[in-house]
Formats: sequence, C-alpha cells, structure tokens
Amino acid sequence: MTILGSNSMLVWPIILPLTAALLAFIHRKRSSMFGIGGGLATVLATMGLAWQAMEQGKGIYQLGGWQPPLGISLRLDGLAILMLLMTAITGMAVSFYARGYFQSRIARVPVRHGLQKRYFWPLWLLLWGALNNLFVTNDLFNMYIALEMVALSSAGLTALSGKPASQVAAMRYLLVSILGSLSFLLGVGFIYRNAASLDLTTLPTLLTSGPDVQLAVAFITVGLLLKTALFPFHFWLPPAHANALAPVSAILSGLVIKASWYVLLRLCWAFSPMASKSIMILLATLGSLAILWGAIQTLRQQRLKMLIAYSTVAQIGFLFVFFPLLPGSPIQGIKAAIYFALSHSCAKAAMFMASGTIFLQLGHDRIRDMAGIQQLLPMSCFAFSLAGLSLMGLPPSGGFIAKYLYISQAINQGNWWLAAVIILGSLLTVAYVYRVVAQLLSPKIVKGRQQREKISSSMEWSALALALMALLLGLIAPHTLGLLEVI
Amino acid sequence: MDIWCRLRKGKEKVKALSPSLIYGLTGLFLFVIGCGGLLTCAQLLRKILAANIMASGVFLFLVTIAYGDGTFLDPVPHAMVLTGIVVSVSSTGLALALACRAQETANIDDIQHRSSEEDGP
Repeated sequence: MTILGSNSMLVWPIILPLTAALLAFIHRKRSSMFGIGGGLATVLATMGLAWQAMEQGKGIYQLGGWQPPLGISLRLDGLAILMLLMTAITGMAVSFYARGYFQSRIARVPVRHGLQKRYFWPLWLLLWGALNNLFVTNDLFNMYIALEMVALSSAGLTALSGKPASQVAAMRYLLVSILGSLSFLLGVGFIYRNAASLDLTTLPTLLTSGPDVQLAVAFITVGLLLKTALFPFHFWLPPAHANALAPVSAILSGLVIKASWYVLLRLCWAFSPMASKSIMILLATLGSLAILWGAIQTLRQQRLKMLIAYSTVAQIGFLFVFFPLLPGSPIQGIKAAIYFALSHSCAKAAMFMASGTIFLQLGHDRIRDMAGIQQLLPMSCFAFSLAGLSLMGLPPSGGFIAKYLYISQAINQGNWWLAAVIILGSLLTVAYVYRVVAQLLSPKIVKGRQQREKISSSMEWSALALALMALLLGLIAPHTLGLLEVI
Repeated sequence: MDIWCRLRKGKEKVKALSPSLIYGLTGLFLFVIGCGGLLTCAQLLRKILAANIMASGVFLFLVTIAYGDGTFLDPVPHAMVLTGIVVSVSSTGLALALACRAQETANIDDIQHRSSEEDGP
C-alpha cells in the first residue's frame, strides 16, 4: 500500500469538526451557525477526500511522519470512504433538521431548549469528528480512543433532553459503553503482548496463534457487541434511543451503532484468513436471533419512537448475518454489509426525524391516535413511508440491493438458513412498517391538539431528502460498490 | 532423570515468569472483580467505582506487558496506560455528573434511599 504524502486531505474530516466543536462551544450565541458551517466544511472535505482517493488510490498516512511500530497511521480505502460519506450525508441532513427543530422549540420554551441547543452543537460535532477518526484509523489503540470519544459524546447527547427517563437511559448507556471499551482495551493488551504491534496492516503477519489470541478475540468481540447492542446485549438501546431528542435519536440509530460494528467488520476483514469459522457462525446466529426477537418486540410497541428504536435492534441483526460469508469471498460479503449499513443509516435517520416532526405536531407519539396525520404533515408522512420501503427492501431502494447481494451470496455458498432468516426478517419488517404507515396515511380526521408548535420547513425537507437518498442508493449501486473495488 | 530435568526446567520457567505473572494475574483479577461489581451492584456510585477498578486492572495488565521479562522496557504500553487514565478520568467525571443530575431530577438512585434509611428514626 502506498504512503500518502502531506498533501493528502485525510486529516481534514477529523480536524474540521473538532475545531468547529470548540468554536461552537465558545461562541454559544452563534453555536448553530458554527454547527452548520462546520458540518458543511466537513462534507466538502469528505467529498474532496473521496475525489482524491479515486485519483490516487488507497494508501496509508503516517501522522507526523512516524513509522507504524511507534507512530499512528491512518488508512484510506474504499470501505473507509463509504463510511465517511455515509456519516457526511446523514450528518448534514440531521444538522439541518436540528437547526429547524431547535428554532421551533425555542420559539415555545426559550430557556430550556436554548440550553439544549447550546450543548447539542459542540457534542454533535465532537461525535462527528470521533466517528471520522474511527473510520480512517489503522491503529488498534487509536480505535479504542475514538470509540471512547464516540461513547462519551453520545452519552452526553442522550442525556440532553433532560427528562428523568432519558437521564437514566444515558447513565445505563454510559456504563455499558465503559464496560465494552475496557473489555476491548484488555483484548488489545493481549494482542500487543503477542505481536508487539498495534498496526492493522502488519498485525496479521506478526500474530502467532495461541490461547492468548483466543482470549483477545473473546474480549474484543464481547466488548464491541455490547457497544453495538447485538441481541443479548440490546437491553440498553431502546430506552436510550427512544427518549433522546429527535435529532439525537437519528444520530444514535443512524450512525453511532455503526461505529463499533465497523470496528468488528474491519478486524474480521483484516484477520479473515486466520479467523475461525465458529465465531462467524456465532455472530450470524446472534444476528438471526436479533432479527426475529427485535421484530417481535417491534410489533408489540405502542409508541412510535419506541417502535423505531426496537426496529433498530432487529436491523442490527442484519448487519451481523453476513459474517459467515466473509472467509469465502470477503469483498462480496463486505459489499452486502456496507450497502445495508448505508441504506439503514439514511432510512432510520429519516424515520426518526419524521417521527420527531409528528411528535412536535401532535404532542404525543401513540401510534393508534395518529390516524390522519398525513393531512397536517404530508411531507413527513411521505418521508416515513419512503424510508419504510427501504427498510423492507423493496426495489429500487438501497435495502433491496443489500438484501439481494446477501441472499445471492448466501445461496452461492450453500448457507440456505441465512437466506431464510433474511427473507423472514424482511417479512416481519413489512408487518411493522405497514402497521405505522397504515395509521399515518389513513383518511380519518386527526384527533388531539393540532398545530401545537410551528413546524419549520427545514425539518420536513431534510427528512424527505434522506428518505429519497435511501431510495436512490439502489439506483447508484454500481458506482458506489465500484468504489469498494477500485480503491 | 528425564522427569527430574523437566520438573527443574518448569520450575525455572515459573521463576523467570513470576513477577510479571503475578502482576498480570492481579490485573485480570481486578478486571473480573470490577466487571462483577458493575453488573451486580444496584447503586450508581458503586457501579462507577467498579468501572474504575476494572480500568485499574486493565492498566496494571498493560504495565505488566511493558515490563515483559524485565530486560527491556517497552514504552508503547506506558503511553497506552497514560492515555487510558485520561480517558478513564473523563468518563468517570461524566458518569458522576450524570449520576448527580439523575438524582436531582428523579429519585431513581437508591444511594438516597439507603442513606436516609440508615440515618432514619
């Protein structure tokens, strides 16, 4: 792999959001200006980086010119670029949504929501920088630092709404994150003891298999699964995601859970020649259980935000069922997984944003009292339905492409049970999405308070833009997936 | 004779490993204690302390790795421990702040309950 020179733009997507976070924290009066400006600058830097990567190909960037055994290196490749672009697109839409959201809320209750706004922007930009760092890092310990930054800032964001329920959820989320990252760090310690290196490019050649490596794999996997909220460890996710503010829920469900999943994916990819088949099967089994259990729980929910949060539990399962495909044909498995992550990120964030708008309009989110809301908020309901289509996996959405790739790969490799689980999970998704959409689009007259708060148009437009993005991802699939092969 | 040789070799091996083995096992033991505390304690403050004990265990383990067989001290784990301590302090700070806030807004934490019961009539 080539060494990138100092003209590479690789560090900018990390530096820009962190700088903007500091500025937004200092200039509290103009925090949303710095938030939007910093977000736009980060999006531009990410796009510039993607363009540069297509010109120059993949490479390694050594921070400060230090060589890997001592220094930290960053890695630029197709997988990292796609994750950066996913964060940029979802993040920018959420930023525009948050601007409108806080404007509408501050108009009603200035003090409380003013405080929320003041802390939202610095925390969110910090989280964005941490995510970008995590996606490009090539050093195990740096991954731990980025994971901790993600955990601390997202726990802060979860607590932001100030409700007792959200504070309890944030506390639990933080403790689970600490447990997960310490377990990860202990695993990293075992790996360093074995190989005396933290660099992901050289590690697979240096590592000698033994009981300590197995312990390391166990600690790292459990730590990351705790943070990703895969099935037996999902208990903390629904309260944390459902009780947060609407833009925060979109960020948590759309982006944050992908962070620790990405680390696991990256490690499995790096070590795929030596990885044991049984761990992959275990991950896929947990993923299948998550799909079924999550979908059943989702069907039982009465509140819209809780329903979307439980649907995240089920969709996390889809992110894990592809792991047995990795040893056979890594690039095909990665393609399916990354596409699922991209479309889920857009669709789920759009759903949370639309549900936040509906919540503001009605003052509640009970699904059964929502009939006819499409007369008041046609655009948000349309956005929710489009995002639902992508979640179900109907063509031409991104979800369809991902599931098509999954199923064809699973059948090629003879894993029929995986294909069956994916199809069953998709049918259950159809059931719970239909349950909501049927209420939203019903011709009845809406009950309850109307025009409770003035809905800013940027909230509706950003949700719709993300939902359309989730749908369009299916049409631009050859280009997006080509990025994974070219660089 | 052969068995005797092997036994002596084993003894020497254990002797050579012993300081780092003791510290390493202590580190792992602390990690397990902290993990148990974090999962089983009901009170928030105890959970936060348990997380700190876990972190100390991990740091002790990392320092042991740096010591190795005692001939060459590796600087990288030391840097990791230093950074790790900074992270651990900040996450403890955030956890304490959240616990205080949670206690102010709702009486969910049973530190209050317990202490008032103990001080009670």
